[in-house]
Formats: sequence, structure tokens, C-alpha cells
Amino acid sequence: MTTHHFTRQGPLRRSGVLRRIMAPAAAGTALALALTACGGAGGGGGAGESDAEFNEGETTVVNPSDETGGTLRYAISADFDSPDPGNTYYAYVWNFSRYYARTLLTYTEAPGEQGVELQPDLAEELPEGNEDSTEWTVRLKEGLRFEDGSEITAQDVKYAIARSNFGDQALPNGPKYFQDLLADSDDYEGPYANEDDPLEGFDGIETPDDHTLIFHLNTSFSEFPYVLIQPQTAPVPADADRGEQYQSNVVSSGPYKFDGEYRPGASLNLVRNEEWDPETDPIRKALPDRVEVQLGVDQNEIDQRLVNGELDVDLGGTGVGPAMKGTLITDEAERHNIDNPQTSTLRYVNINTVIEPLNDPACREAIMYAADRDALQRAWGGDTGGDIATQIMPTSLPGADPSIDLYPSEDDKGDLEMAQEKLEECGQPDGFSTSIGARADRPSDVSTAEALQQALARVNIETEIKQYPSDTFTNTQAGSPDFVHDNDLGLTVYGWAPDWASGYGFMSKILDGDAIQAAGNSNISELDDDQINDWFDEVVSEEDPDARASIYTQIDERAMEQAAVLPAVFERTVLYRPANLTNVYYHPGYSMYDYMSLGTTNTD
Amino acid sequence: MTTPMDVPESSQHADPEAVAAGAEGAAGRSLRQIAWRRFRKDKVGMAGGVIVILLILIALFAPLLTAWFGHPPNQFDQGLVDPLTGGVLRDPDDTAQGLDPWGGISAEHLLGVEPVNGRDLFSRIVYGARTSLLVATVATVVCVVIGTVLGILAGYFGGWVDTVISRTMDIFLAFPLLLFAIALVGVIPDGAFGLEGNYLRIGVLVFIIGFFNWPYIGRIVRGQTLTLKEREFVEASRSLGAGNTHIVFREILPNLITPILVYSTLLIPTNILFEAALSFLGVGINPPMATWGGMLENALRFYTTSPHFVIVPGLAIFITVLAFNLFGDGLRDAFDPRSSD
Repeated sequence: MTTHHFTRQGPLRRSGVLRRIMAPAAAGTALALALTACGGAGGGGGAGESDAEFNEGETTVVNPSDETGGTLRYAISADFDSPDPGNTYYAYVWNFSRYYARTLLTYTEAPGEQGVELQPDLAEELPEGNEDSTEWTVRLKEGLRFEDGSEITAQDVKYAIARSNFGDQALPNGPKYFQDLLADSDDYEGPYANEDDPLEGFDGIETPDDHTLIFHLNTSFSEFPYVLIQPQTAPVPADADRGEQYQSNVVSSGPYKFDGEYRPGASLNLVRNEEWDPETDPIRKALPDRVEVQLGVDQNEIDQRLVNGELDVDLGGTGVGPAMKGTLITDEAERHNIDNPQTSTLRYVNINTVIEPLNDPACREAIMYAADRDALQRAWGGDTGGDIATQIMPTSLPGADPSIDLYPSEDDKGDLEMAQEKLEECGQPDGFSTSIGARADRPSDVSTAEALQQALARVNIETEIKQYPSDTFTNTQAGSPDFVHDNDLGLTVYGWAPDWASGYGFMSKILDGDAIQAAGNSNISELDDDQINDWFDEVVSEEDPDARASIYTQIDERAMEQAAVLPAVFERTVLYRPANLTNVYYHPGYSMYDYMSLGTTNTD
Repeated sequence: MTTPMDVPESSQHADPEAVAAGAEGAAGRSLRQIAWRRFRKDKVGMAGGVIVILLILIALFAPLLTAWFGHPPNQFDQGLVDPLTGGVLRDPDDTAQGLDPWGGISAEHLLGVEPVNGRDLFSRIVYGARTSLLVATVATVVCVVIGTVLGILAGYFGGWVDTVISRTMDIFLAFPLLLFAIALVGVIPDGAFGLEGNYLRIGVLVFIIGFFNWPYIGRIVRGQTLTLKEREFVEASRSLGAGNTHIVFREILPNLITPILVYSTLLIPTNILFEAALSFLGVGINPPMATWGGMLENALRFYTTSPHFVIVPGLAIFITVLAFNLFGDGLRDAFDPRSSD
């Protein structure tokens, strides 16, 4: 039996994503780095004056600068799920909340591969596990203070973890990794259940003194440090906590603090926190004097204001809207203001391994051969939309092997002869029929389904496209094996981003047979392969990262052999980089710009 | 509009109102014949009618039309499309010439092609007409049947029957139809009532639109019935000993045909718009079946690079709705000139 059942709470979001960046042009990358280190000095004034190049921000710091001052202006079309670091699962909040919430560990402040290496933030150094990776000790730095001048202690961190993970009243939005992993805490009912002594009975974390945390896990878990980068590890003083309402005035541990209350749907403003000591903080530049966020602004308006120089950053980090994207990528004059980085999101199609006749691997292979990958890439917006994927793990993850290409074809148009051969092998020489499930309100998902339908029809695999609302798709339709079987959803269009940059963080939910659940299931192909399950069991107690990486490569290749996943593209976003923004680079850990390093030449 | 008729020369200038009064010279002509004469003089209404008939022919002969012009509605032709922007290329053999703002309109593709997949827009518009007209017409028939039956019952019997039916109409009119439709279409099973896939979804759309829009017809029928049942010919019939069945079917119903016909013609465009709205929201028909609303929704992603893709289905909806409305207005004026100013 495996023990790594993490419950993913809520629908798939672009959650805390770790990855190493851009393998395809590693040599060119180093060269570009050297070049711009000499050339890039200071920030331009208005829009269009930057001398940066197309996609330079993916690998390089654009407009490097140490100038402090000014107001950095953010806007987003949606709203925070919550700015409370203990109550969020959006990647952009994980990125942004670091302005006022320091975590035990965090990512390195650097572009490219280096960015996803872990760094201590509140912690003195990176923690080490005991022999079997079930016990982890973290020491806090001395001299860390909240915005009111009181000292940050180990109990504040323990309390923050308790409120976001335990009890019926645990904050709902974030993931619940600590709840799943910590030992001796099953009976603990959360801090809100016991006002006198909120942490009584919470024995999974020991705090022998004010600066030491000892985490006791119920299983070996060699990748535990990745869990400690979550904003849930940001300290919360127990007497300031007001449950979900804590979001209106979070007590800051970082370089900025709330200026007035957070107004849901409207705004959040930050000013400098004088109690923050830069000496204790290697990763935050804290350049602007003030940070402003406007919420609920129409996407087209955000894009237009970015281009006009009236706004610095689209907080959501998912790139410009389709209308502006079309304009920007055809406009030579704007090209140098665009970054087009590869994110660690895989867009793919699940091939169910239980529904007949797809329970026969050869029938699944027929689909792999018949698919037109070129058409799938077009559905995602061609080269700027994503890179054709032939393996499951995004190229940046350790162990990812782009040479895995088991179903090659000329011009990626599909190999119909091999498909026909496989159909005969599985006893369906005249083809068969099944259904493709897709999210109705995701145009690219629907386009993917249509492209796949056309391609499969070439070998008489007839498919019917069925659409579902995206807010229930991951939980009750594609996410429910019963629903999938009842509705003959042999194929489902899906997307996946890892919670952290490892093969485990990426693949365990979608390929491990033990991860199959009755609802909210992410292993939608229901792949339950003994060999793969064993590898997942083995990898959690493997301490050597390189050994883990090679296991991930094996899992990836085996899953491709099993034809349970038809990868479409590794998605790329189109980010607009206004010329007045300084210290800009794409951070692979969040799949967007690193907000902690940004400065602005805007002095309003 | 049923049959053109021979009209005696002398009656050419007869006052239509004279018919009811039984004036000399107009004998032997029904209201319908008079209405047809009047309608023929209404150029705008006639134009609407001609377009409506054309649309119906286009929908009926969609397979024939697309066969003539050589492109099945779901056939991809990605060679015509720039993979980077999804826009339609000016010259498929020379990508350097950039995008064609007219979306590749040519003799080969009468209305250009769709971005990304390069499907022929003409074929998709023609097949979209089928979906739109089918859903709207059948839904209207459902409205009319329910509305007429309940409207007559309420108007004719009055009393508690009227109260119950009228309040029911109020409830239905207050129903948040669009929200309900979105919720219901989201949970449609794979197959039910012997229907499957898109046939079932069309059936559900027809049901939703028809079942919730009947009170509009119902109220008109009820009001007409209320006045009709007090008229002399009904009184006469009743005093001769006719039963309710006879009076309703032989005396009242024939006099309701005209308003029902007129208002159902005006209901069809409303229903077309409703179907388009649902498809636009992605809760109507499943792809790749073409619908005008679905095409519009798709087009919004490309309005900067391929504006024609927004314009073509938009125009199709606009023209159809306008034609039905003009036709319906013309019919109403012809049958009941007093109702228009």
C-alpha cells in the first residue's frame, strides 16, 4: 500500500509551480545571459523604449536596477481567493503574498533553472531529514519581527500551519499537505476548537524552543522541503487571527504591510514595513515604496493599460487575453516587449484504461498513433501557445527526457499505418467509437477535442464530443470514474501543473494507481500499473535527488508505453513586459514574473 | 397566403371593414383572402417573407448546397491557416504575405474559412441555419400548443380555472429561464427518452424554450377568448343549445388562428436568439455541430486577427431575426390593420 494520498482541494488551479527552465536551448541561454549582463542598463521611460529582445525575460533579468522608490501598479481581472497566506491555492497569490508573508523556505531569486532551487527564508538553513525522511528539523533565524515589532517564534509558524490544515474550520482554499503528512495529529481538531490552548493535541510539530520546529511525518517523504515553501508556513500571531477574516489585515512579516484593509473585489495596497530587516532576507529586493493592486478589471482593459504604460503588471500572470495576444504577436514594433516562456503546464488528453475497447493497450496505442499532434498544437495557438510534447514531464523537471518519443510520425501529423496495425492487433480493424469530454467554457480545450475527433476519424475511430462546465468537470465529471464509465468518456481533455518541481509533484496524482479516487480524481485514465505504483512507493524514501530523477524518467516512459496519456503541448504564455518595469524575469517556480524582484520607474 | 384567388374587378377597392358588415360586392371573400391582398402591398413584410422562405429552403437543402460548393461543414483545412495566430492566410503558399482580414473569402470559400481549423464558413452557416431554425420552430410549436390550450381554458371557463392558469403564467414569466437552462443543460445525461447525444440536447433545448415561453401566447389567447365568448355569434350558438366543445372548436378556435399565427411568427426570432445565447454560453449543442451562437463565441477570441469570423455568424443571426420580425409585423398589419397605430 502506498501512503502518498494527498487530497487536492478544489479544482485544478495554476498552483504553486516549480520547474527548471527551458532545456531546448541551454547553450544559447548561457550566451544570451552573458550578452545582456553587459547591455541591459537602467529602465526605459514610456512604453516601447526598452532595448530588450523577444522572450528575453524567460532566461535573463531585463532592465536590472537597484533604484528604489515609486509605486508598482498591479491589476487583475479576478480577485484573490484570499490574500491570507494560509488560505490560498493560486500561484499568483503564492508569489504575491511574499511581500508581506515570509515562509520557512522559498525559491531562489533568479531566472532559469537556478530559480527553482530552494532557499531558506525564515529558516536558518535548508532542513535535513532523519535517516528515513520521517523527521525534519527547521531552525528559525534570530531577530525576525512582525510589523508590530514583536518577535516571530516557532509557535507562530506552528499556529499558521494548524489553522490552514486541521479541524472542521480549517481555512478552505489551500492544499492540505500537512494534514496528510504529519503524524500524531489525527485527533487534533484545529486551533478554533480550543480557545484556551489552540495548539493542544497538535503533536505533529514539536517546538522545543522559540526557534526550533521539528516535523514528525507519518511516512517517509524525501521531498518534504518542497512542502515548506507553501505560504501556509508564514507565521500568524494567534491573538491577531480572525479565521477567514484575517485576510482583511494580515500581520506582515515581510518588507511590506497592508495600507488600510484589503477590499474584496476592489483593491489591496501595501506600504513599507519598517520592522523588516533586509539583513535577514536574501531574496526580496523591495524596490518600490508602494504596491497597489486593482481587482476586477476587465482583461482587455488590463492589456491595453499595460501597453499604454498605465499599469506595470497583470497580477494573474497567465498572460494577455486572446484579443491582445493576436495583436501583439503580429506587431513587429511590440515584439521586444513580449515574453513567451514555457510554463510547466502540460495540456493533454487522458486515455481511459478501463472502458472497452480502450482497456486493450493496443487500442490506446492506435489513438496515440492516429492523433495529429500538429493540429493539437494549433488548437493551443501554435508555437506561441505551446511546444509539442512527446513525454509527460515538462522539459524543465529533473528527469524529464524529451527523447522519449514512442509514437513518432512525419510532420507530427500521425502515423495512420501504425494506427491501423494497432487497431487490428486489438481486434478492432474497422475502428470503434468512444466519447471525448471537454470543458465547454475553455475554447482551447474544445478546439483540442475537435482536432482529435478529426484525426481519429481517419482510422474510423468515431468520437462524440461532450461538453461540461469547468467548475464541476474536475470533481464530478472527468473526476469521477463512475461518471466516466457511464458516459463512455474514453478520452478527456485536461491540463496539469505541478505543486512543486519534481516528477513526484507532477506525476503522482495523474499516474499513480493509488491516487484513483471516487470524486475529484486526477488519475482520469485510471492507470493502475503495478510497476509504476511500485516506483512511486520507492521514490518517497529515496534521498538522492539524482536517483529520484531517474525513477521519474522510468515512470514517464512506462506511462507512455501504456498509452494512458496523450500529451499535446507544454503550454507557453504571452506576457507583456512594460518598459517602465525593472528587474523583470520569468520565474519558473510560479510560471510568471518574480514579483519580489520587480521595481518601477513610475513615480506617480 | 394559402391560395391566390380570383377577385372580381369590382371588389378591388372594397373597404376591408365592410366584409364583417356583410357589405355587397365583397361577398365570398374570407378574411384570409383580404389579408393576403393587403400583405402583398406591404413591401417590407414581403421582403421579410421572401427571406424567411429562402432561409427555410437553405436549411432544408443544406446537404445539397454544401455538396455543390464542395466543403463538408466539419472538414478541416489547416493549410489555409497561420498556425501562430490562428488567422487566415492571404496566400497559403506564402506565409510572408500575412493574414487576410477578409478571412479567405473567395470563389472556393464563399464566406471565407474559420481561424485555427480552416473549416468552410459558408457550410457552417448553412448547417447552423438548420439547428437554429429547427430548435426555434419546434420550440415555437410547443409554445403555441400549450399556450393555446391553456389560454382558451382560462378565457372560456373563467373563475377558478382562470385564476389558477393565470397565476401559473405569472410564475412561468417570472422564472429565471436562462439560469435554469444553463443548469439543466449542464446535467443532461447521455441518453434519455430514446434520444442520444445532440438529438437529446436539441430535444432539451426545444423543451426548455417551448415549455417556458408559452405564457406569452397563452395570455394573448386568453384575452381574445374573453372577448370572443361574449360576441353575438357565440351567444347565438349557445342559445341554440351548442355544447362547450362545439363552441370552443367551431366558434372560437377558428377566430384565434390569426392572432396565433401572427404571434408565433414573432416568437420564432425570440427563440432563435435564445438558442444562440445558449450556444454562445456553451450549454447548447455539442461541437462539432455548427450553431451560430457557438461560432460567435469562438470568434470572439479572434476579433483582432479575423474580424470576418465575428461578422459572418453575427450577420446571419441579425438577418434571420430581422426577417422574421418584419414578416410577423407584416402579417399582423395585414390581418388586423387597427393594431398598427
